Amino acid sequence: MSGRSSAQRRRNILLHAALAPLALIWLFPLWMMFIFSTMDDNGIFSPHVVLTPSTHFLENFNALEADTGFIRATTISILVATAYTLLSVTLTSMAGWALASYRFVGKGVVLATILGTLTLPYFVVVIPQFIMVARDFHLDNTWFALIVPPLFNSLGVLFMRQSFAMMPSELFDAARVEGVKEWRIFLYVAVPLARPTLAALSIILFLHSWNNYLWPLLINSQPAMMTAPVALGSLIGLTKVSWGGIMTGAVILTAPMLVLFVTLQRHFIAGISAGAVK
Amino acid sequence: MRQRTQTAYAFLTPYLLIFLAFWIWPIINSFWLSFLNTRSANWTFNPRMTWGRLLVDPAFANALQNTLVILVIQVPIMIALATVLATLLNSPALKVRGLFRFAFFAPVVVGEVAYAAMFRLLFNEFGIINKMLAGIGLTTIPWLSDPNAAMAVIIIALTWRWAGYNAIIILAGLQSIPEDVYEAATLDGVSKVRQFFFMTLPLLKPVILLCVVLSVIGTMQLFSEPFLITNRGGPGQATETLGLFLYRQGFNAFNFGYASAVAYTIAALAIAISLLNLWLGRERE
Repeated sequence: MSGRSSAQRRRNILLHAALAPLALIWLFPLWMMFIFSTMDDNGIFSPHVVLTPSTHFLENFNALEADTGFIRATTISILVATAYTLLSVTLTSMAGWALASYRFVGKGVVLATILGTLTLPYFVVVIPQFIMVARDFHLDNTWFALIVPPLFNSLGVLFMRQSFAMMPSELFDAARVEGVKEWRIFLYVAVPLARPTLAALSIILFLHSWNNYLWPLLINSQPAMMTAPVALGSLIGLTKVSWGGIMTGAVILTAPMLVLFVTLQRHFIAGISAGAVK
Repeated sequence: MRQRTQTAYAFLTPYLLIFLAFWIWPIINSFWLSFLNTRSANWTFNPRMTWGRLLVDPAFANALQNTLVILVIQVPIMIALATVLATLLNSPALKVRGLFRFAFFAPVVVGEVAYAAMFRLLFNEFGIINKMLAGIGLTTIPWLSDPNAAMAVIIIALTWRWAGYNAIIILAGLQSIPEDVYEAATLDGVSKVRQFFFMTLPLLKPVILLCVVLSVIGTMQLFSEPFLITNRGGPGQATETLGLFLYRQGFNAFNFGYASAVAYTIAALAIAISLLNLWLGRERE
Protein backbone atom coordinates (compact mmCIF):
# COMPACT_ATOMS: atom_id res chain seq x y z
CA MET A 1 0.00 0.00 0.00
CA SER A 2 2.71 2.48 1.01
CA GLY A 3 4.73 1.46 -2.08
CA ARG A 4 1.86 2.29 -4.33
CA SER A 5 1.14 5.66 -2.77
CA SER A 6 4.80 6.67 -2.91
CA ALA A 7 4.84 5.80 -6.62
CA GLN A 8 1.79 7.96 -6.98
CA ARG A 9 3.55 10.79 -5.11
CA ARG A 10 6.52 10.52 -7.42
CA ARG A 11 4.20 10.70 -10.40
CA ASN A 12 2.50 13.79 -9.00
CA ILE A 13 5.82 15.52 -8.44
CA LEU A 14 6.86 14.62 -11.98
CA LEU A 15 3.60 15.99 -13.34
CA HIS A 16 4.10 19.36 -11.69
CA ALA A 17 7.81 19.44 -12.49
CA ALA A 18 6.96 19.00 -16.17
CA LEU A 19 4.10 21.48 -16.30
CA ALA A 20 5.43 24.32 -14.12
CA PRO A 21 8.43 25.36 -16.28
CA LEU A 22 6.31 25.06 -19.42
CA ALA A 23 3.63 27.25 -17.85
CA LEU A 24 6.26 29.85 -16.94
CA ILE A 25 7.53 29.88 -20.54
CA TRP A 26 3.97 30.32 -21.76
CA LEU A 27 3.28 33.17 -19.33
CA PHE A 28 6.58 34.90 -20.11
CA PRO A 29 5.51 36.76 -23.30
CA LEU A 30 2.34 38.10 -21.65
CA TRP A 31 4.25 39.13 -18.55
CA MET A 32 6.89 40.90 -20.66
CA MET A 33 4.19 42.66 -22.68
CA PHE A 34 2.99 44.16 -19.42
CA ILE A 35 6.54 44.95 -18.20
CA PHE A 36 7.53 46.59 -21.50
CA SER A 37 4.40 48.74 -21.39
CA THR A 38 5.75 50.30 -18.19
CA MET A 39 9.27 50.94 -19.54
CA ASP A 40 10.65 53.70 -21.73
CA ASP A 41 12.63 52.65 -24.79
CA ASN A 42 15.95 53.08 -22.97
CA GLY A 43 14.75 50.52 -20.44
CA ILE A 44 13.43 48.11 -23.08
CA PHE A 45 16.72 48.12 -25.00
CA SER A 46 19.06 48.42 -22.02
CA PRO A 47 21.65 45.62 -21.81
CA HIS A 48 20.16 44.34 -18.54
CA VAL A 49 17.42 41.79 -18.15
CA VAL A 50 14.68 43.46 -16.10
CA LEU A 51 11.58 41.44 -15.26
CA THR A 52 9.81 43.88 -12.93
CA PRO A 53 7.57 46.84 -13.82
CA SER A 54 8.81 50.40 -14.16
CA THR A 55 6.82 53.65 -14.06
CA HIS A 56 6.41 54.86 -17.65
CA PHE A 57 2.97 53.49 -18.53
CA LEU A 58 1.28 56.91 -18.82
CA GLU A 59 4.17 58.35 -20.81
CA ASN A 60 3.94 55.38 -23.16
CA PHE A 61 0.22 55.83 -23.48
CA ASN A 62 0.69 59.48 -24.42
CA ALA A 63 3.30 58.50 -27.02
CA LEU A 64 0.89 55.91 -28.44
CA GLU A 65 -1.95 58.42 -28.53
CA ALA A 66 0.30 60.93 -30.33
CA ASP A 67 1.48 58.29 -32.82
CA THR A 68 -1.92 56.96 -33.85
CA GLY A 69 -4.96 58.33 -32.01
CA PHE A 70 -5.45 55.15 -30.05
CA ILE A 71 -8.42 56.34 -27.97
CA ARG A 72 -10.50 56.96 -31.09
CA ALA A 73 -9.38 53.65 -32.61
CA THR A 74 -10.28 51.76 -29.44
CA THR A 75 -13.68 53.44 -29.31
CA ILE A 76 -14.31 52.37 -32.91
CA SER A 77 -13.27 48.81 -32.02
CA ILE A 78 -15.61 48.66 -29.03
CA LEU A 79 -18.58 49.97 -31.03
CA VAL A 80 -17.88 47.70 -34.01
CA ALA A 81 -17.42 44.58 -31.89
CA THR A 82 -20.62 45.32 -29.94
CA ALA A 83 -22.72 46.00 -33.03
CA TYR A 84 -21.26 42.98 -34.84
CA THR A 85 -21.96 40.68 -31.90
CA LEU A 86 -25.57 41.86 -31.46
CA LEU A 87 -26.34 41.64 -35.17
CA SER A 88 -24.62 38.32 -35.68
CA VAL A 89 -26.28 36.69 -32.67
CA THR A 90 -29.69 37.92 -33.88
CA LEU A 91 -29.25 36.79 -37.47
CA THR A 92 -27.69 33.43 -36.70
CA SER A 93 -30.12 32.47 -33.94
CA MET A 94 -33.08 33.24 -36.21
CA ALA A 95 -31.53 31.17 -39.00
CA GLY A 96 -30.57 28.41 -36.56
CA TRP A 97 -34.16 28.33 -35.25
CA ALA A 98 -35.58 27.97 -38.78
CA LEU A 99 -33.20 25.11 -39.57
CA ALA A 100 -33.91 23.36 -36.26
CA SER A 101 -37.69 23.76 -36.14
CA TYR A 102 -39.30 23.50 -39.56
CA ARG A 103 -39.40 21.37 -42.64
CA PHE A 104 -39.34 23.63 -45.68
CA VAL A 105 -38.59 23.71 -49.38
CA GLY A 106 -34.85 24.17 -49.94
CA LYS A 107 -33.77 23.19 -46.42
CA GLY A 108 -31.37 20.53 -47.69
CA VAL A 109 -29.76 22.96 -50.11
CA VAL A 110 -29.29 25.64 -47.45
CA LEU A 111 -27.74 23.21 -44.97
CA ALA A 112 -25.52 21.54 -47.54
CA THR A 113 -24.27 24.92 -48.77
CA ILE A 114 -23.41 26.10 -45.27
CA LEU A 115 -21.68 22.86 -44.31
CA GLY A 116 -19.97 22.40 -47.66
CA THR A 117 -18.34 25.82 -47.66
CA LEU A 118 -17.62 26.04 -43.93
CA THR A 119 -13.91 25.28 -44.12
CA LEU A 120 -13.13 27.25 -47.27
CA PRO A 121 -10.26 29.65 -46.59
CA TYR A 122 -11.31 33.26 -46.01
CA PHE A 123 -8.87 34.35 -48.71
CA VAL A 124 -11.20 32.92 -51.33
CA VAL A 125 -13.82 35.58 -50.55
CA VAL A 126 -11.74 38.54 -49.45
CA ILE A 127 -10.89 39.81 -52.94
CA PRO A 128 -14.47 39.95 -54.29
CA GLN A 129 -15.63 41.38 -50.94
CA PHE A 130 -13.07 44.13 -51.30
CA ILE A 131 -13.96 44.85 -54.93
CA MET A 132 -17.66 44.95 -54.08
CA VAL A 133 -17.45 47.10 -50.95
CA ALA A 134 -14.60 49.43 -51.85
CA ARG A 135 -14.73 49.68 -55.64
CA ASP A 136 -18.32 49.05 -56.69
CA PHE A 137 -20.12 50.72 -53.80
CA HIS A 138 -17.38 53.03 -52.45
CA LEU A 139 -18.21 52.00 -48.91
CA ASP A 140 -14.62 51.71 -47.70
CA ASN A 141 -13.83 53.63 -44.51
CA THR A 142 -17.41 53.33 -43.26
CA TRP A 143 -19.06 51.61 -40.29
CA PHE A 144 -20.97 49.47 -42.77
CA ALA A 145 -17.74 48.05 -44.19
CA LEU A 146 -16.45 47.13 -40.74
CA ILE A 147 -19.64 45.57 -39.41
CA VAL A 148 -21.74 44.04 -42.19
CA PRO A 149 -19.52 41.89 -44.48
CA PRO A 150 -18.09 39.81 -41.59
CA LEU A 151 -21.66 38.83 -40.63
CA PHE A 152 -21.52 36.01 -43.22
CA ASN A 153 -19.90 33.80 -40.53
CA SER A 154 -22.03 30.65 -40.44
CA LEU A 155 -20.59 29.09 -37.31
CA GLY A 156 -23.32 30.70 -35.19
CA VAL A 157 -26.08 29.25 -37.38
CA LEU A 158 -24.90 25.70 -36.76
CA PHE A 159 -24.20 26.38 -33.11
CA MET A 160 -27.70 27.80 -32.51
CA ARG A 161 -29.38 25.17 -34.66
CA GLN A 162 -27.86 22.46 -32.52
CA SER A 163 -28.90 24.22 -29.33
CA PHE A 164 -32.54 24.62 -30.48
CA ALA A 165 -32.71 21.09 -31.86
CA MET A 166 -31.76 19.64 -28.47
CA MET A 167 -34.74 21.30 -26.75
CA PRO A 168 -37.80 19.08 -26.24
CA SER A 169 -40.23 19.92 -29.07
CA GLU A 170 -43.30 19.23 -26.85
CA LEU A 171 -42.49 22.55 -25.22
CA PHE A 172 -43.08 24.43 -28.45
CA ASP A 173 -45.97 22.24 -29.58
CA ALA A 174 -47.83 22.99 -26.37
CA ALA A 175 -47.53 26.70 -27.13
CA ARG A 176 -48.63 26.09 -30.73
CA VAL A 177 -51.77 24.31 -29.53
CA GLU A 178 -52.54 27.41 -27.47
CA GLY A 179 -52.32 29.41 -30.71
CA VAL A 180 -49.11 31.26 -29.84
CA LYS A 181 -47.45 32.78 -32.91
CA GLU A 182 -44.16 31.28 -34.11
CA TRP A 183 -42.09 34.42 -33.56
CA ARG A 184 -43.38 34.61 -29.98
CA ILE A 185 -42.45 30.97 -29.36
CA PHE A 186 -38.98 31.73 -30.69
CA LEU A 187 -38.53 34.93 -28.70
CA TYR A 188 -40.17 33.99 -25.39
CA VAL A 189 -39.68 30.23 -25.14
CA ALA A 190 -36.71 29.13 -27.21
CA VAL A 191 -34.33 32.09 -26.83
CA PRO A 192 -34.45 32.18 -23.01
CA LEU A 193 -33.74 28.44 -22.94
CA ALA A 194 -30.72 28.95 -25.22
CA ARG A 195 -29.06 31.48 -22.91
CA PRO A 196 -25.87 29.47 -22.19
CA THR A 197 -25.31 28.90 -25.90
CA LEU A 198 -26.03 32.54 -26.66
CA ALA A 199 -23.49 33.58 -24.03
CA ALA A 200 -20.77 31.33 -25.46
CA LEU A 201 -21.54 32.45 -29.00
CA SER A 202 -21.56 36.16 -28.07
CA ILE A 203 -18.18 35.88 -26.39
CA ILE A 204 -16.58 34.14 -29.35
CA LEU A 205 -18.08 36.63 -31.83
CA PHE A 206 -16.99 39.62 -29.77
CA LEU A 207 -13.46 38.27 -29.46
CA HIS A 208 -13.38 37.54 -33.19
CA SER A 209 -14.43 41.07 -34.08
CA TRP A 210 -12.22 42.74 -31.46
CA ASN A 211 -9.12 40.97 -32.79
CA ASN A 212 -10.05 41.02 -36.48
CA TYR A 213 -7.14 42.41 -38.45
CA LEU A 214 -7.01 41.61 -42.17
CA TRP A 215 -10.45 42.87 -43.27
CA PRO A 216 -10.34 46.17 -41.30
CA LEU A 217 -6.77 46.66 -42.57
CA LEU A 218 -7.91 46.32 -46.17
CA ILE A 219 -11.17 48.20 -46.02
CA ASN A 220 -10.62 51.01 -43.48
CA SER A 221 -7.16 52.39 -44.09
CA GLN A 222 -7.93 56.03 -43.34
CA PRO A 223 -6.63 56.96 -39.87
CA ALA A 224 -10.02 58.38 -38.84
CA MET A 225 -11.73 54.99 -39.31
CA MET A 226 -9.01 52.57 -38.19
CA THR A 227 -9.83 49.94 -35.59
CA ALA A 228 -7.42 49.51 -32.68
CA PRO A 229 -5.55 46.46 -34.10
CA VAL A 230 -5.09 48.24 -37.44
CA ALA A 231 -3.89 51.43 -35.74
CA LEU A 232 -1.45 49.45 -33.61
CA GLY A 233 -0.29 47.36 -36.57
CA SER A 234 0.42 50.52 -38.56
CA LEU A 235 3.12 51.43 -36.02
CA ILE A 236 4.94 48.10 -36.15
CA GLY A 237 7.93 48.38 -38.45
CA LEU A 238 8.17 52.18 -38.40
CA THR A 239 11.65 53.33 -37.47
CA LYS A 240 10.79 56.35 -35.33
CA VAL A 241 8.25 54.85 -32.99
CA SER A 242 7.97 54.23 -29.27
CA TRP A 243 8.10 50.49 -28.55
CA GLY A 244 6.87 51.22 -25.05
CA GLY A 245 3.84 52.83 -26.70
CA ILE A 246 3.23 49.81 -28.94
CA MET A 247 3.39 47.50 -25.93
CA THR A 248 0.96 49.77 -24.06
CA GLY A 249 -1.44 49.42 -27.00
CA ALA A 250 -0.96 45.65 -26.95
CA VAL A 251 -1.79 45.58 -23.23
CA ILE A 252 -4.91 47.73 -23.78
CA LEU A 253 -6.08 45.32 -26.50
CA THR A 254 -5.26 42.20 -24.52
CA ALA A 255 -6.02 42.93 -20.86
CA PRO A 256 -9.84 43.28 -21.20
CA MET A 257 -9.99 39.96 -23.07
CA LEU A 258 -7.89 38.25 -20.39
CA VAL A 259 -10.22 39.57 -17.69
CA LEU A 260 -13.23 38.33 -19.68
CA PHE A 261 -11.50 35.01 -20.18
CA VAL A 262 -10.82 34.54 -16.49
CA THR A 263 -14.34 35.52 -15.42
CA LEU A 264 -16.19 33.69 -18.20
CA GLN A 265 -13.80 30.79 -18.80
CA ARG A 266 -16.57 28.21 -19.01
CA HIS A 267 -18.31 30.05 -21.86
CA PHE A 268 -15.05 30.68 -23.72
CA ILE A 269 -14.13 27.03 -23.59
CA ALA A 270 -17.63 25.95 -24.60
CA GLY A 271 -17.45 28.33 -27.55
CA ILE A 272 -14.02 27.19 -28.65
CA SER A 273 -14.77 23.47 -28.40
CA ALA A 274 -18.03 24.03 -30.27
CA GLY A 275 -16.27 26.14 -32.87
CA ALA A 276 -14.00 23.23 -33.56
CA VAL A 277 -16.77 20.69 -33.68
CA LYS A 278 -18.73 22.88 -36.11
CA MET B 1 -41.77 18.73 -37.56
CA ARG B 2 -44.19 20.58 -39.75
CA GLN B 3 -43.87 21.92 -43.25
CA ARG B 4 -43.82 25.71 -42.84
CA THR B 5 -41.86 27.12 -45.74
CA GLN B 6 -43.09 30.69 -45.28
CA THR B 7 -42.37 30.87 -41.57
CA ALA B 8 -38.98 29.28 -42.05
CA TYR B 9 -37.92 31.80 -44.68
CA ALA B 10 -39.16 34.68 -42.55
CA PHE B 11 -36.57 33.60 -39.97
CA LEU B 12 -33.89 32.67 -42.49
CA THR B 13 -33.96 35.53 -44.98
CA PRO B 14 -31.98 38.20 -43.10
CA TYR B 15 -29.06 35.84 -42.59
CA LEU B 16 -29.33 34.28 -46.04
CA LEU B 17 -29.06 37.69 -47.74
CA ILE B 18 -25.77 38.40 -45.97
CA PHE B 19 -24.57 34.85 -46.54
CA LEU B 20 -25.28 35.05 -50.27
CA ALA B 21 -23.85 38.56 -50.73
CA PHE B 22 -20.67 38.21 -48.69
CA TRP B 23 -19.87 34.50 -48.85
CA ILE B 24 -21.48 32.55 -51.70
CA TRP B 25 -21.27 35.23 -54.39
CA PRO B 26 -17.58 36.03 -53.57
CA ILE B 27 -16.73 32.32 -53.74
CA ILE B 28 -18.13 32.16 -57.28
CA ASN B 29 -16.85 35.58 -58.31
CA SER B 30 -13.35 34.83 -57.12
CA PHE B 31 -13.26 31.65 -59.20
CA TRP B 32 -14.27 33.64 -62.29
CA LEU B 33 -11.75 36.39 -61.46
CA SER B 34 -8.96 33.83 -61.34
CA PHE B 35 -9.25 33.49 -65.13
CA LEU B 36 -9.19 37.23 -65.88
CA ASN B 37 -6.30 39.47 -66.71
CA THR B 38 -7.05 42.31 -64.29
CA ARG B 39 -3.98 44.35 -65.13
CA SER B 40 -5.53 45.94 -68.19
CA ALA B 41 -8.26 48.60 -68.10
CA ASN B 42 -10.81 46.07 -69.35
CA TRP B 43 -10.67 42.77 -67.52
CA THR B 44 -10.41 40.08 -70.20
CA PHE B 45 -10.40 36.30 -70.09
CA ASN B 46 -6.75 35.28 -70.07
CA PRO B 47 -5.87 32.42 -67.71
CA ARG B 48 -2.29 32.52 -68.96
CA MET B 49 -1.85 35.69 -66.91
CA THR B 50 -3.12 34.01 -63.74
CA TRP B 51 -3.03 30.21 -63.59
CA GLY B 52 -0.31 30.12 -66.23
CA ARG B 53 1.79 32.60 -64.28
CA LEU B 54 1.50 30.55 -61.07
CA LEU B 55 3.47 27.76 -62.71
CA VAL B 56 6.45 29.94 -63.61
CA ASP B 57 6.50 32.62 -60.89
CA PRO B 58 9.54 32.04 -58.62
CA ALA B 59 8.03 34.34 -55.95
CA PHE B 60 4.96 32.08 -55.76
CA ALA B 61 7.15 28.96 -55.60
CA ASN B 62 9.09 30.55 -52.75
CA ALA B 63 5.93 31.43 -50.82
CA LEU B 64 4.55 27.92 -51.37
CA GLN B 65 7.77 26.34 -50.16
CA ASN B 66 7.93 28.53 -47.04
CA THR B 67 4.32 27.75 -46.20
CA LEU B 68 4.89 24.00 -46.56
CA VAL B 69 8.05 24.14 -44.44
CA ILE B 70 6.15 25.90 -41.65
CA LEU B 71 3.30 23.41 -42.02
CA VAL B 72 5.48 20.31 -41.88
CA ILE B 73 7.50 21.49 -38.86
CA GLN B 74 5.02 23.51 -36.83
CA VAL B 75 1.79 21.48 -37.01
CA PRO B 76 3.23 18.15 -35.73
CA ILE B 77 5.15 19.87 -32.91
CA MET B 78 2.12 21.85 -31.84
CA ILE B 79 -0.35 18.95 -32.00
CA ALA B 80 1.99 16.67 -30.02
CA LEU B 81 2.47 19.40 -27.42
CA ALA B 82 -1.26 20.09 -27.25
CA THR B 83 -1.99 16.39 -26.73
CA VAL B 84 0.53 16.15 -23.89
CA LEU B 85 -0.75 19.39 -22.34
CA ALA B 86 -4.36 18.25 -22.49
CA THR B 87 -3.46 14.90 -20.88
CA LEU B 88 -1.49 16.53 -18.07
CA LEU B 89 -4.15 19.21 -17.50
CA ASN B 90 -6.74 16.45 -17.28
CA SER B 91 -4.90 14.66 -14.49
CA PRO B 92 -6.99 14.56 -11.29
CA ALA B 93 -3.82 14.99 -9.18
CA LEU B 94 -3.05 18.41 -10.68
CA LYS B 95 -2.80 21.27 -8.17
CA VAL B 96 -3.48 24.95 -8.99
CA ARG B 97 -5.28 23.74 -12.08
CA GLY B 98 -6.78 27.19 -12.73
CA LEU B 99 -3.36 28.82 -12.98
CA PHE B 100 -2.06 26.15 -15.37
CA ARG B 101 -5.13 26.44 -17.54
CA PHE B 102 -4.74 30.20 -17.63
CA ALA B 103 -1.08 29.94 -18.65
CA PHE B 104 -1.78 27.73 -21.66
CA PHE B 105 -5.23 28.94 -22.69
CA ALA B 106 -4.71 32.70 -22.32
CA PRO B 107 -2.92 33.07 -25.71
CA VAL B 108 -6.21 32.06 -27.36
CA VAL B 109 -7.72 35.47 -26.56
CA VAL B 110 -4.64 37.51 -27.51
CA GLY B 111 -5.12 39.25 -30.87
CA GLU B 112 -2.79 38.76 -33.82
CA VAL B 113 -1.43 42.31 -33.74
CA ALA B 114 -0.73 42.37 -30.00
CA TYR B 115 1.05 39.04 -30.01
CA ALA B 116 2.95 39.78 -33.22
CA ALA B 117 4.22 43.07 -31.76
CA MET B 118 5.28 41.27 -28.61
CA PHE B 119 7.18 38.49 -30.40
CA ARG B 120 8.85 41.01 -32.69
CA LEU B 121 10.14 42.82 -29.64
CA LEU B 122 11.11 39.68 -27.69
CA PHE B 123 13.21 38.45 -30.63
CA ASN B 124 14.63 41.86 -31.54
CA GLU B 125 18.41 41.74 -32.02
CA PHE B 126 18.73 43.70 -28.77
CA GLY B 127 15.66 42.09 -27.25
CA ILE B 128 15.25 40.16 -24.06
CA ILE B 129 15.69 36.68 -25.58
CA ASN B 130 19.17 37.60 -26.81
CA LYS B 131 19.94 39.32 -23.50
CA MET B 132 19.03 36.11 -21.68
CA LEU B 133 21.09 33.98 -24.11
CA ALA B 134 24.06 36.26 -23.52
CA GLY B 135 23.38 36.19 -19.78
CA ILE B 136 23.85 32.42 -19.62
CA GLY B 137 26.95 32.58 -21.79
CA LEU B 138 25.47 31.55 -25.15
CA THR B 139 25.95 33.40 -28.41
CA THR B 140 23.16 35.72 -29.44
CA ILE B 141 21.17 34.96 -32.58
CA PRO B 142 20.18 37.55 -35.21
CA TRP B 143 16.62 36.24 -35.01
CA LEU B 144 14.93 38.49 -37.50
CA SER B 145 17.77 39.01 -39.98
CA ASP B 146 18.76 35.36 -40.47
CA PRO B 147 16.41 33.44 -42.80
CA ASN B 148 16.33 30.21 -40.78
CA ALA B 149 16.12 31.97 -37.43
CA ALA B 150 13.25 34.12 -38.73
CA MET B 151 11.39 30.95 -39.73
CA ALA B 152 12.04 29.59 -36.24
CA VAL B 153 10.54 32.74 -34.69
CA ILE B 154 7.37 32.34 -36.79
CA ILE B 155 7.11 28.69 -35.72
CA ILE B 156 7.70 29.52 -32.04
CA ALA B 157 5.15 32.33 -32.12
CA LEU B 158 2.52 30.14 -33.82
CA THR B 159 3.09 27.35 -31.33
CA TRP B 160 2.72 29.74 -28.40
CA ARG B 161 -0.50 31.16 -29.82
CA TRP B 162 -2.25 27.92 -30.89
CA ALA B 163 -1.06 25.04 -28.67
CA GLY B 164 -3.58 25.97 -25.95
CA TYR B 165 -6.40 26.30 -28.47
CA ASN B 166 -5.79 22.76 -29.66
CA ALA B 167 -5.34 21.55 -26.08
CA ILE B 168 -8.85 22.88 -25.29
CA ILE B 169 -10.31 20.82 -28.13
CA ILE B 170 -8.33 17.70 -27.18
CA LEU B 171 -9.25 18.17 -23.52
CA ALA B 172 -12.94 18.15 -24.48
CA GLY B 173 -12.23 14.88 -26.32
CA LEU B 174 -10.43 13.42 -23.28
CA GLN B 175 -13.29 14.29 -20.97
CA SER B 176 -15.71 12.36 -23.16
CA ILE B 177 -13.74 9.12 -22.60
CA PRO B 178 -15.55 7.19 -19.84
CA GLU B 179 -13.59 6.71 -16.58
CA ASP B 180 -14.29 3.00 -16.24
CA VAL B 181 -12.15 2.22 -19.30
CA TYR B 182 -9.14 3.32 -17.27
CA GLU B 183 -10.30 1.77 -14.01
CA ALA B 184 -10.42 -1.65 -15.65
CA ALA B 185 -6.96 -1.18 -17.17
CA THR B 186 -5.49 0.00 -13.85
CA LEU B 187 -6.93 -3.05 -12.09
CA ASP B 188 -5.30 -5.24 -14.73
CA GLY B 189 -1.97 -3.57 -13.92
CA VAL B 190 -1.55 -1.66 -17.18
CA SER B 191 0.89 1.20 -16.58
CA LYS B 192 -0.22 4.83 -17.05
CA VAL B 193 2.23 5.29 -19.94
CA ARG B 194 0.90 2.23 -21.76
CA GLN B 195 -2.65 3.39 -21.06
CA PHE B 196 -1.80 6.70 -22.75
CA PHE B 197 -0.31 5.13 -25.87
CA PHE B 198 -2.63 2.15 -26.31
CA MET B 199 -5.94 3.51 -25.01
CA THR B 200 -6.02 7.30 -24.86
CA LEU B 201 -4.32 8.06 -28.18
CA PRO B 202 -6.45 5.67 -30.28
CA LEU B 203 -9.62 7.02 -28.63
CA LEU B 204 -8.48 10.59 -29.28
CA LYS B 205 -7.63 10.00 -32.92
CA PRO B 206 -10.73 11.66 -34.40
CA VAL B 207 -10.22 14.77 -32.24
CA ILE B 208 -6.52 14.97 -33.07
CA LEU B 209 -7.29 14.61 -36.77
CA LEU B 210 -9.75 17.46 -36.45
CA CYS B 211 -7.04 19.62 -34.87
CA VAL B 212 -4.64 18.70 -37.67
CA VAL B 213 -7.18 19.66 -40.33
CA LEU B 214 -7.99 22.99 -38.63
CA SER B 215 -4.27 23.72 -38.27
CA VAL B 216 -3.58 22.91 -41.92
CA ILE B 217 -6.33 25.27 -43.04
CA GLY B 218 -4.99 27.98 -40.71
CA THR B 219 -1.37 27.54 -41.75
CA MET B 220 -2.21 27.72 -45.44
CA GLN B 221 -3.63 31.20 -44.78
CA LEU B 222 -0.80 32.46 -42.59
CA PHE B 223 -0.59 36.22 -42.99
CA SER B 224 -0.29 38.38 -39.86
CA GLU B 225 2.79 36.69 -38.43
CA PRO B 226 5.11 37.16 -41.43
CA PHE B 227 3.46 40.52 -42.17
CA LEU B 228 4.12 41.93 -38.70
CA ILE B 229 6.74 39.84 -36.87
CA THR B 230 9.24 39.40 -39.70
CA ASN B 231 8.39 42.69 -41.41
CA ARG B 232 6.59 41.70 -44.64
CA GLY B 233 8.09 38.23 -44.95
CA GLY B 234 11.69 39.20 -44.30
CA PRO B 235 14.58 38.97 -44.28
CA GLY B 236 14.27 39.32 -48.06
CA GLN B 237 11.47 36.90 -48.91
CA ALA B 238 12.64 34.24 -46.46
CA THR B 239 9.36 34.05 -44.50
CA GLU B 240 6.93 35.09 -47.23
CA THR B 241 3.90 32.80 -47.03
CA LEU B 242 1.09 32.16 -49.50
CA GLY B 243 -1.21 34.45 -47.49
CA LEU B 244 1.29 37.29 -47.59
CA PHE B 245 1.98 36.70 -51.30
CA LEU B 246 -1.75 36.90 -51.99
CA TYR B 247 -1.99 40.13 -49.98
CA ARG B 248 0.82 41.68 -52.01
CA GLN B 249 -0.65 40.65 -55.34
CA GLY B 250 -4.20 41.58 -54.42
CA PHE B 251 -3.83 44.68 -52.33
CA ASN B 252 -0.43 46.20 -53.15
CA ALA B 253 -0.35 45.43 -56.88
CA PHE B 254 -4.18 45.28 -57.15
CA ASN B 255 -3.81 42.32 -59.48
CA PHE B 256 -7.13 40.75 -58.42
CA GLY B 257 -7.10 38.01 -61.07
CA TYR B 258 -3.72 36.63 -60.10
CA ALA B 259 -4.49 36.95 -56.38
CA SER B 260 -7.73 34.99 -56.92
CA ALA B 261 -5.79 32.19 -58.58
CA VAL B 262 -3.52 32.15 -55.52
CA ALA B 263 -6.60 32.08 -53.25
CA TYR B 264 -8.02 29.06 -55.04
CA THR B 265 -4.63 27.37 -54.92
CA ILE B 266 -4.60 27.90 -51.14
CA ALA B 267 -8.11 26.43 -50.88
CA ALA B 268 -7.24 23.44 -53.08
CA LEU B 269 -4.06 22.71 -51.13
CA ALA B 270 -5.83 23.06 -47.78
CA ILE B 271 -8.53 20.62 -48.89
CA ALA B 272 -6.05 18.19 -50.44
CA ILE B 273 -3.74 18.12 -47.41
CA SER B 274 -6.71 17.77 -45.05
CA LEU B 275 -8.11 14.86 -47.05
CA LEU B 276 -4.67 13.24 -47.14
CA ASN B 277 -4.51 13.46 -43.35
CA LEU B 278 -7.99 12.03 -42.95
CA TRP B 279 -7.06 9.21 -45.33
CA LEU B 280 -3.83 8.44 -43.47
CA GLY B 281 -5.70 8.46 -40.17
CA ARG B 282 -8.67 6.37 -41.32
CA GLU B 283 -9.76 3.32 -39.37
CA ARG B 284 -8.05 0.23 -40.68
CA GLU B 285 -9.80 -2.94 -39.74
